Amino acid sequence: MGNKSEIKLLGTAASPFANRVQFALNLKSMKYEYIEENLACKSELLIKSNPVHKKVPVLLHADKPPICESQIIVEYLDEIRPDLYQLLPSVSLDRANCRFWAAYIDNKFFPLYEELRQTLNKAGQEAIKEQMIEATQQLEEAFIKSSNGKTYFGGDQVGYLDVILGCFIRWTQHVDELNDFNKFDEVRILELAKWAKCIASHEALKSVTPGKETLESFFGLINIYRPPYK
Amino acid sequence: MADEVKLYGVPGSPYVSRVTTALKLKGINYELVVEDLSNKSADLLKYNPVHKKIPVLVHNGKPISESLVIVEYIDDVWKGVPVLPQDAYEKAQARFWAKFIDDKCMPAIFKTIGSHGQEQVVAEAHEQLQFLENELNVKGKKFFGGDNINLVDIAATFIAYWLGAAEEALGIKVLSKDKFPKITEWGGNYINCQVVKEGLPPRDALVGFFKKRFGNA
Repeated sequence: MGNKSEIKLLGTAASPFANRVQFALNLKSMKYEYIEENLACKSELLIKSNPVHKKVPVLLHADKPPICESQIIVEYLDEIRPDLYQLLPSVSLDRANCRFWAAYIDNKFFPLYEELRQTLNKAGQEAIKEQMIEATQQLEEAFIKSSNGKTYFGGDQVGYLDVILGCFIRWTQHVDELNDFNKFDEVRILELAKWAKCIASHEALKSVTPGKETLESFFGLINIYRPPYK
Repeated sequence: MADEVKLYGVPGSPYVSRVTTALKLKGINYELVVEDLSNKSADLLKYNPVHKKIPVLVHNGKPISESLVIVEYIDDVWKGVPVLPQDAYEKAQARFWAKFIDDKCMPAIFKTIGSHGQEQVVAEAHEQLQFLENELNVKGKKFFGGDNINLVDIAATFIAYWLGAAEEALGIKVLSKDKFPKITEWGGNYINCQVVKEGLPPRDALVGFFKKRFGNA
């Protein structure tokens, strides 16, 4: 993948979904041009590239029409360059396992964070935190099975699930701090807590992880566009 | 050694139908283990402890859950008639539409049923369905997969068959022919496919189910 402008990525610094794709691109040492979107004022390119969702990230590869949805983008990158740091495992059953947990992470785990942000009443917040504890418990078990005693979900190397979950560490940490919560409580889920520290410090992810100010200002934005109401 | 393939599910589930369609496309012999959802079997709870839901495919003793994950697994393991395109880019597009159907279309359609066709709710479902209508228009073929069905057609099973039964049961209209001529035509073609037809529950049973579950607003 020589020419840098062959791959363009529309993203937002604070978006964990955009970070996810950047993490994958970095692991695979694939060069790309990054275009920062202002979600308060979406560009024509973004709206044209993702008319269905109007969201980041969007991958533009050479002259092909855009690819949207971060998990789909990551699978696509892995399929066109399996030779560069393969993320998905080769065995079909292991691949199915990855997709199952990726769906769990995006459909069950992460949405709890948005729910928490939108819930102001104490009882509601406590109920959501209970669900978060349960979800992280499930992820802890998944990690233990998947890692087989090694450092990452992918074993010795960062794999697909490390990328899928890893991109959320910083964001969820931010929400935890605002809510006096600690999802990766070392007492409760030691292995996942260890993993979280490890993945957050991985160079390919660290280099694209947003800082506190970026997150704060982004949260300020979402609180205006999708204010808490529960 | 012969493959042992079991599918835990119920005949009336559109999600189970997704899997049976894929299995039949590949000519795979399987055993349907019918679950009583009000009294789930120990096996089901063992094989899908996270969600405790059907369908679950058990292949030589190894369980796989989530209908679209199962369909991709089937395509991965068994060659023959492809469910996903070969080309990585086309594959990404197919996955995009399948995800769109699951994440946006299905919830919007379920809401129309739950709300008994309340106008605003139906309008929101129409917004999502319009994207599918446009996609069929642009493609200009019989199916989302072109001349043959693929992952996207399979993902949209509910729209082809279950939705009509729900509409009849509740006296509502969501998928009107004049607004969605392409999807309507697609639906007729889709349920006529042998591999789909064989896995569909009888229509009157389905209508009865929707009447019982959602009737009497």
